[in-house]
Amino acid sequence: MGIIAAKAKLSISVPVMRKYRALIHHQQDKPVQPDISVKHLNKVYADGFTALKDINLDIEPGEIFALLGPNGAGKTTLISIICGIVNLSDGEVKAAGYDIVKDYRKARESIGLVPQELNTDSFETVWDAVSFSRGLFGKAPAPAHIEKVLKDLSLWDKRNNRIMSLSGGMKRRVMIAKALSHEPRILFLDEPTAGVDVELRRDMWEMVRKLREDGVTIILTTHYIEEAEEMADRIGVIRHGEIILVEDKTQLMTKLGKKELRLHLQNPLAEMPGELILEPVELSEDGYELIYTFDSQQEQAGVAKLLRTLGELGIEFRDIQTRESSLEEIFVGLVNK
Amino acid sequence: MNLYGVRAIYKFEMARMRRTLMQSVASPVISTSLYFVVFGSAIGSRMGDINNISYGAFIIPGLVMLSLLMQSISNASFGIYMPKFSGTIYELLSAPVSYLEVVLGYVGAAATKSVILGVIILITARLFVDYDVLHPFWMFAFLVLTAITFSLFGFIIGIWADGFEKLQIVPLMIVTPLVFLGGTFYSIDMLPEVWQTISLFNPVVYLISGFRWAFYGVSDVHVGISVGMTLLFLTGCMVAVWWIFKTGYRLRS
Repeated sequence: MGIIAAKAKLSISVPVMRKYRALIHHQQDKPVQPDISVKHLNKVYADGFTALKDINLDIEPGEIFALLGPNGAGKTTLISIICGIVNLSDGEVKAAGYDIVKDYRKARESIGLVPQELNTDSFETVWDAVSFSRGLFGKAPAPAHIEKVLKDLSLWDKRNNRIMSLSGGMKRRVMIAKALSHEPRILFLDEPTAGVDVELRRDMWEMVRKLREDGVTIILTTHYIEEAEEMADRIGVIRHGEIILVEDKTQLMTKLGKKELRLHLQNPLAEMPGELILEPVELSEDGYELIYTFDSQQEQAGVAKLLRTLGELGIEFRDIQTRESSLEEIFVGLVNK
Repeated sequence: MNLYGVRAIYKFEMARMRRTLMQSVASPVISTSLYFVVFGSAIGSRMGDINNISYGAFIIPGLVMLSLLMQSISNASFGIYMPKFSGTIYELLSAPVSYLEVVLGYVGAAATKSVILGVIILITARLFVDYDVLHPFWMFAFLVLTAITFSLFGFIIGIWADGFEKLQIVPLMIVTPLVFLGGTFYSIDMLPEVWQTISLFNPVVYLISGFRWAFYGVSDVHVGISVGMTLLFLTGCMVAVWWIFKTGYRLRS
């Protein structure tokens, strides 16, 4: 039995093993160690600028975490500290359970980073650049893995091309390939789809989903809230160097989201009927629409009451529409508070 | 130790040399050969011997040292400056490599290139001038030690520089004059006493003197002092590099 188990263990891939490991932990009700653990992190630059204030954050294995925030909020500084590019001023950061300062080798081995800027070598070929990254992260050469990464990112045909000859989108793919070359269990994507076309953006979303299926923990920052809404499991919002919210995406949208009911009237109203003035109902400028806004969590009795009142007043409508507020609207509301 | 990391940096830098053979190898070999032709064969034949060594042969160690110093500094400074300039330094800073491994990769590659170049120049010199090597082991040891020391120095310059101009300032404005005034074309003994004393403050004097001793057994200063001064400069560079990585100077904010 033991031999069979051992053989089975040897035959499965590392990502699958990670998933099993997480599952076993879960079944034994043991707390799973976060892949990223940030405690009381502060960053003050030499010129006195405070970039991060008392950041506390745990990111669980295998999740997609979206870090949102306006420009200059501290997203890139936070990522740069975790990855070892910027020194922390105070606090403790662990990656894959290892302290990023004391056990920097183990911590960094587990991290892959795709930075915001298109910083690539120019004269190297795609193959050499990706192989270089793997070696730099302490991994033995593995042509089969590099081949797989390049094929997954549609770069195989370009493997012998110099990077300088590639388009911006292709360079972005090369940067992702470099970050994946050493098989990291944690991947940071800092504005991964900034300036890329729709097709590449869709490809990247697909790639991120595949990586998550393989057990890779993904932390992404993005300006495209649609991207976070599409992919993230949890959302963190950072503003002026402080994390102001960390929430499960679905719960966040339920908690802070609004619903809107639009009634397209048969005949325009000159003014809001007195019976509706106390309700959260607005009349459109042309008088053809009544707009009723309510919390996602709120009982929907208000809708029935509104429709009843309209019936009593003899106001007829020809169409009815409902919509929920997007993550973007929630985000804008949060950062503008 | 992350040997794969060291190898990756080393291979990357050596590949850069292969891509730029004209600039890295052909150019310094041709320019140094011109010195051999002009000062060795043409003018040298009309000049008297120095310490019983023909003038053409006398200047060989100094000219090899000139190329060695310039190329060591240039290779190492360019090697670490380019990632800073292009922004790819993020990868180096986020990789599980220690400062020692980074230095081994960059300085090792720069020193290797310089030693290869030094050997090529020595072979080329033979086409124009007859010379002997009395102590081949020490000649090679000086070659390697100088290449490592000045590659380390170049590495420091590469980190310090925030523009291409600064990369060129030290080799052109400081190292070249020091080499020319450090006994490449003459023996220090030929200078008036005051200038002899002043020359002893020039670190390149010790390098050229020691290197020339390895060729012909004659030197301006004792060979032990030459080795000692070179090791002292090497130690100073190592301390500077250690400090750079400890503080993150111009690397990590």
